[in-house]
Amino acid sequence: MCGIVGLFLKNKALAPELGSLTAKMLKMMSDRGPDSAGFAVYGAGEDDEIKLTLRIAGATGAFAAAFAARFGLPARLTQKSSHAVLSIPAALEAEVRLWLAGEYPGIHLVGAGTRMELYKDVGLPGDVADRFGLPAMRGTHAIGHTRMATESSVTTDGAHPFSTGLDQCLVHNGSLSNHNAMRRVLIREGLAFETENDSEVAAAYLTWRMREGASLEQALTASLADLDGFYTFVVGTESGFAVLRDPIACKPAVMAETDDYVAFGSEYRALAVLPDIEKARLFEPEPARVYVWEH
Amino acid sequence: MPDIDLAQTSVRELNAALHGLPGDSNETLWKVRNPQGKHAIAAGLNFPATVEIEGPVGYYCAGMNCLGTVIVHGNAGTGVAENMMSGEVRVMGDASQSAGATGRGGLLVIEGNASARCGISMKGIDIVVKGDIGPMSAFMAQAGNLVVLGGAGENLGDSIYEARLWVRGAVKSLGADCIEKEPTAEERGALKTVLQRAGINGEAKAEDFRLYGSARTLYHFHIDNVGAY
Repeated sequence: MCGIVGLFLKNKALAPELGSLTAKMLKMMSDRGPDSAGFAVYGAGEDDEIKLTLRIAGATGAFAAAFAARFGLPARLTQKSSHAVLSIPAALEAEVRLWLAGEYPGIHLVGAGTRMELYKDVGLPGDVADRFGLPAMRGTHAIGHTRMATESSVTTDGAHPFSTGLDQCLVHNGSLSNHNAMRRVLIREGLAFETENDSEVAAAYLTWRMREGASLEQALTASLADLDGFYTFVVGTESGFAVLRDPIACKPAVMAETDDYVAFGSEYRALAVLPDIEKARLFEPEPARVYVWEH
Repeated sequence: MPDIDLAQTSVRELNAALHGLPGDSNETLWKVRNPQGKHAIAAGLNFPATVEIEGPVGYYCAGMNCLGTVIVHGNAGTGVAENMMSGEVRVMGDASQSAGATGRGGLLVIEGNASARCGISMKGIDIVVKGDIGPMSAFMAQAGNLVVLGGAGENLGDSIYEARLWVRGAVKSLGADCIEKEPTAEERGALKTVLQRAGINGEAKAEDFRLYGSARTLYHFHIDNVGAY
């Protein structure tokens, strides 16, 4: 099993409620995935800056001081439980990544982007959402996942979403059967992997396709031929939101669309918490059909 | 009339109350409010009561239904009326995948559309869908009638044994060993009866439907296919 929720706002007036609605949806999917949970929120951002979401144990004071000393800039660091978001000038991205990898191998880079922040942890979905303050977060779109592990162990690293490119994230319900072979292909193409998880391979596959010039829609269409297994994917980019189910639609999915939002839930229960849901157009995404919404 | 609010009462309490009805009970009409997509509502009903559910339900609503009548004023999640034995289930909205799966008897009516795998492994249930049905419907169907006023998705009736699939609209594709058949007068008569039981009078005529069923070539192993194994 596993649960997925996603919310893509069409009406900007709902932006302050993005986090609280996503938290309610995520909590509703606890039965489907009580092992761990995670979410990506696309909020405010500056074009010339990058937000690095780091998983960092303990106090961050010494880390902030070391950053300031190394880069001659005050560390703009916002800590939320076991994660912290470090905002840096985009031009420094490569340098900061190298420094982190070299000096702080214990700190995990969970995600990076101009607008995306990504949090995940083991525990019940409602607790994970509260731990990181999801209900207070605002933004344009969010994707969340509740995990019941099948292909790899219950660890924070194994929790979704997976992010393998700037402002890109993917959540997956299902299991892929050709992920080891595909991982080898992607490693040859220069992609790096943090885990043995099959879903990370799907995320990296899309990153690779988009790096080679494909649109989000084209990348997902190509994945139909190249990824084998059971899946419902929900994918976020800086401005996009996409859904794809495998050709026999093994894993559940239901969507709601109104003038204000597009929402995804593994079950209707997750959508029942949304405003005006009784007036929404409800539909199940068709097998092997790529759905994309863009801001 | 019992009036159950699922915002206050658990599904388990509701179902226990329904299962506990004595055979001579006069509590034959139940109302259920605020279902909010919860699972297994009115599953395992074993008494000729009518349960009216005011809103969308989750998985396996009215599963294993025996004698009861369950009406859903909303959409239904996966496996509505799964393994129904007898009685009637009516969904006023759309149904998710596997509607009426493995059903052995009774009547399931879906006023809207049904998605993938409608009537999968049906074993005697009659299913009437007023809209369309999704792909892979009636997979390995064994007995009963699946009646579709709209169209059918891909791979209808794949590996079918003996159920009758009646479709008025277009069929995207037929699955392995499923073919169109010329119905006998008796079969048309059976369809007429199902339409009447579903309350369809004038909306559709038995003559409007095409019949699909088993070509019976998968019943026995054929030595020419040995290379495929």
